[in-house]
Amino acid sequence: MGASSMIILIFAALTFSSIAILVSKIVTKATSNPQKGQPYECGIPTKGKTWTQLNVGYYLFALIFLIFDVELVFLFPWAVVVKKVGWMALVEIVIFFFILFMGFLYAHKKGALKWV
Amino acid sequence: MWSFSKISKLIDSWLSVNFSSTWTMVIEMVIAGIAVITLFALLGLVLVLMERRVAAWIQIRLGPNRVGPGGMLQSLADTLKLLVKEGMTPDGADKFLFNLAPFIAMIVAMLLMAPIAFASNFQLWDLNIGVLYVTAISSLMVISILMAGWASNNKYSLMGAMRSGAQIVSYELSAGLSIMSIVVLSGSLNLNEIIQSQADGWWLFKGHIPVVIAFIIFIIAVTAETNRAPFDLAEAESELTAGFHTEYSGMKFALFFLAEYINVFIVCAIGATLFLGGWMPFHIGHWQAFNHVMDFIPSSIWFFGKTFFLIFLIMWFRWTFPRLRIDQLLDLEWKYLLPISMFNILLITLMAILGWHF
Repeated sequence: MGASSMIILIFAALTFSSIAILVSKIVTKATSNPQKGQPYECGIPTKGKTWTQLNVGYYLFALIFLIFDVELVFLFPWAVVVKKVGWMALVEIVIFFFILFMGFLYAHKKGALKWV
Repeated sequence: MWSFSKISKLIDSWLSVNFSSTWTMVIEMVIAGIAVITLFALLGLVLVLMERRVAAWIQIRLGPNRVGPGGMLQSLADTLKLLVKEGMTPDGADKFLFNLAPFIAMIVAMLLMAPIAFASNFQLWDLNIGVLYVTAISSLMVISILMAGWASNNKYSLMGAMRSGAQIVSYELSAGLSIMSIVVLSGSLNLNEIIQSQADGWWLFKGHIPVVIAFIIFIIAVTAETNRAPFDLAEAESELTAGFHTEYSGMKFALFFLAEYINVFIVCAIGATLFLGGWMPFHIGHWQAFNHVMDFIPSSIWFFGKTFFLIFLIMWFRWTFPRLRIDQLLDLEWKYLLPISMFNILLITLMAILGWHF
């Protein structure tokens, strides 16, 4: 069906979800009270602000992920032509992976993969 | 013998005889949209029921067996229940993002349907970079999860979303590398050509042990990517109540739930396509008679059979393994799966160049 299928699918998803939410809005009766609108944190009132800085122990993972994800993008065109190119493709990818892996080992040694 | 491709061709020829070409296209688009929505709803109902029955079966209890024959209508009753629940928005939430997130989850799940070949010659979009498309779109899922977690104004939600983000982006790498190994072997990014390359046997059997390793890594990675147990840290009930959808209720929650199950279906469909031959029947090399007998089973049955087998496998994991801790989860990916899959893809390249596969 070609690229128009993307439009169909986005449209179908929007229709499906909005109809579902609309129907449920029509058949339910909304009530409100101060307790109901509070965040659900197992009955204990929230302390402090939620939208604040959070210590994500894996922020360095994001950086390493970026490197490896770009590597993955480079692999796509390589993977298609491996069989045609033959040995040269293997040699090149071994060099590529070697450099990448050295960086990975360096990050590992520096403690970037440790849970902080 | 019926087949999906014959039905679609029949509809197409009937429409083009009776209507002008523009109207034919419009009507076909509408039919495709309705078909996809129906498939979505049906898959949601079936998979939720299947999950509960499999859980019950593994834990030696009965499971849902009251509504309808053998509990078949249980998930329909649950949907009705969710429909009449009030879909509320908490007072402190970012209302726009909070309401937008389930839509994005649904759009992503729906878009992933496009390149999947459900039967021979039955596919919405036969695009030549199907594998790239699937990897690209499926990584958009994390946006809706982060959006939902951030907008809820709830600390559990935020932590669940952050965990989920770290998990999805990490496991994407080894999933991508194991997908790449099949691309190396078949030399194409087109899902249909990958299926055609398995006409004399599925890659899982043709590719010796390296492909089996890639398959195992793929299954582990997609289990983590779809946030399912034992990697369901994003919604670990005992720690974070429900993670990023703690604050969601009613139909908005149902949409997230549906999108999650559809994602499970889609990753299993991709796994079945790449490793188990998609709609391709079970063929062994040059055993013409055997292959011919296998061809009598319709291709759609092969596709759904393989996909549901993989879904069953993922459900099985859920009730077998205990949940990992977040640092164990990231260690598993970065210290084991990623180096193994990098080495594995080199092995597979060597195999592909030397022609050591069948």
